[in-house]
Amino acid sequence: MTLYHFLSLSALLFCIGIFGVLTRRNAIGILMAIELLFNAVNINFVAFARFINPQGLTGQIFTIFVITVAAAEAAVGLALIILIYRQHKGVEVDKINIMKW
Amino acid sequence: MLPYSWIIPCFPLLSFALIIFFTIKKPKLSSQISIGAVALSFIFSLIVLVSVLGNPVTSEFKFNWLDLPGFKVDAGMLIDPLTSVMLMVVTIVSMLVQIYSVGYMADDPRFARYFSFLSLFTFSMLGLVLSNSFFEIFIFWELVGLTSYLLIGFWFEKKTASDAGKKAFITTRTGDLAFLVGIFLLTTTVGTVNFQEAFHQVESGAISSGLLTLSAILIFGGAVGKSAQFPLHVWLPDAMEGPTPVSALIHAATMVAAGVYLVARLMSIYALSVPASLVVAIIGAFTAFLAASIALVQNDIKRVLAYSTISQLGYMIMALGLGGYTAGTFHLMTHASFKALLFLGAGSVIHAMHTNDIWEMGGLYVKMRTTAITFILGSLSLAGIFPLSGFWSKDEILLLAWNKNPIFAIVGMAVAFMTAFYMFRLCFIAFYGKARDQHKFDHAHESPKVMTVPLVILAFLSIFAGWVGIPWLSKGYSSFVYHHEVHHLEPNFILMIVATLVALSGIYLAYVIYYKKTISAEGLKNKFAPIHKLLYNKYYFDELYNAIIIRPIFKLADFLFKKFDQGVIDWLVNAAGNFTVFLSWFWELFDTYIVDGAVNGVGYVVRGTGAVIRRVQTGQLQNYAFIIFFGIVLIILLKVF
Repeated sequence: MTLYHFLSLSALLFCIGIFGVLTRRNAIGILMAIELLFNAVNINFVAFARFINPQGLTGQIFTIFVITVAAAEAAVGLALIILIYRQHKGVEVDKINIMKW
Repeated sequence: MLPYSWIIPCFPLLSFALIIFFTIKKPKLSSQISIGAVALSFIFSLIVLVSVLGNPVTSEFKFNWLDLPGFKVDAGMLIDPLTSVMLMVVTIVSMLVQIYSVGYMADDPRFARYFSFLSLFTFSMLGLVLSNSFFEIFIFWELVGLTSYLLIGFWFEKKTASDAGKKAFITTRTGDLAFLVGIFLLTTTVGTVNFQEAFHQVESGAISSGLLTLSAILIFGGAVGKSAQFPLHVWLPDAMEGPTPVSALIHAATMVAAGVYLVARLMSIYALSVPASLVVAIIGAFTAFLAASIALVQNDIKRVLAYSTISQLGYMIMALGLGGYTAGTFHLMTHASFKALLFLGAGSVIHAMHTNDIWEMGGLYVKMRTTAITFILGSLSLAGIFPLSGFWSKDEILLLAWNKNPIFAIVGMAVAFMTAFYMFRLCFIAFYGKARDQHKFDHAHESPKVMTVPLVILAFLSIFAGWVGIPWLSKGYSSFVYHHEVHHLEPNFILMIVATLVALSGIYLAYVIYYKKTISAEGLKNKFAPIHKLLYNKYYFDELYNAIIIRPIFKLADFLFKKFDQGVIDWLVNAAGNFTVFLSWFWELFDTYIVDGAVNGVGYVVRGTGAVIRRVQTGQLQNYAFIIFFGIVLIILLKVF
């Protein structure tokens, strides 16, 4: 098990996440894809920490922060989605285009 | 004491300021302030007179006022016997006139203002008397002119009064122009404006005799204007439009005497220029004769006195022109007392009768005893009857003229005859005979005490003031006020007797014509109709000046207005206006098409690009995310490769 394996996994996850963010119609799906992006990043942090600086815990602590922020983000995001749902009777992002010109 | 004499003119100035700024709404208080101020000035003048009498030297107090390269201007005071006498004359007459005015002006709505003007005048006149330089005297000279203007036109609602004010101002200004040019000529040559230094320079021959004569005659022009001498005498009779006490103070006793004072003050200059003093003497004698002859036939009580004033001023000027420093100033002093008395007496009569026309008066002796007696005393003094003031001063002048040039003495005699005649014509018509206007006569009454007391005081002065100059006195006026050395003229009994006889015959003629009526005034008038007409119309001087000066000036003004103002100036103004209108039309085009075009153009461009670019703003969340993502990828790729 080398660093490259972890990085490959992380890249794969990131790509899946991006794909999800760009293609899902459902706002909740997009939110979930964003979580994937976070996790890809988290894997990177931990892997780098483990392989490059095994003595320190920098990467791991950073990951915990990311998870915390992600949880907060998910909470805010879900709250917004609920409000959007109430306004538009739906959460399809291609329908929500009132910010256009 | 003398160095503090500057305080004398300060009291009236202070009173003027107080009245104008604070008490203008309180007539009674204002008059008290004004009278109090002049009374203080009088007391200080008395102290000055006493100290100068004790030590008759010329003292000068000056400070440097203006220091230009090569030209210094001093301000200060020059106190010599003449100054001290003039201070007394001015303060006494001013004080009595102001007291009198309390009664005379009692009902005037501008009572306080009247007193403020009188204070300002008194200040200016005292300043003039105390001046020690050409510069200073000219300033005060103009100030008295200003106050004279203000007081002649005091009742400015009356057109004749405001016109008279303007006439006086403009006429004297004509003389003042000559005065100013003369001052420039003299002072730039001798390099100083200080009297004493200038006299010293002139006496040491710093100025050529031609230039000296020219400047002396030009300076005399100022005196001609202010003292109403021919040919600038026309303003004084009109100045009678002012309140009568003003006529007494300004146009009889003091301001008009300023011209005489000026010539006396500059005696050192005139003494050195024979032609200039000859001009002075001739103008004086001519004026004395001219004005006396006009006074013979005038019907307005004040105008008779005005012409009499002109005539007497001519007398003084003549005396000064003949070198009679003592005689001229002596007559100035006595004349001030009896002419002020006569004017105030006339004012009392006018106050009672509400008319100036002597032919509406008559028989007033029984109604106004004090006024009548004092008026007649004044007339006797003016006529030169022994032993009143006028006799001594007139005799002094006649004696001087007789010694210098008998022609002048003969003119003087003729004037004395006419003076006696017109004064007693006035007295007999106004105070004796029957009442001509019964209604006015019935309403006539003696004036209040506040008016008669000054009359009585002045009557005393008219009798006794001249006694200081009785020729037998070893220490009289002539050994106090003199130029360089005492000229004690030997009294000439024959001349005295002749002069008295001449005056008495004038009085007798008036008595015969206007009291006894054995000679008909009407008959005389018809017999000498052309002469009467000429005199009655004052030799047509007003008409002459109207025709040769005023009308051409109006014509010129009219011409300039029509051709120059309307033709040239207005054309230029209109052209400038039209040009501006054209310019603004042009700039309007520029604004609309270029400035606005640029502004709108910017707007159009922004809107146009916006219309195209806003297509990018799809509102599709995933579009944005896609662009962000590929943007980052692009940045990374660019960084890596």
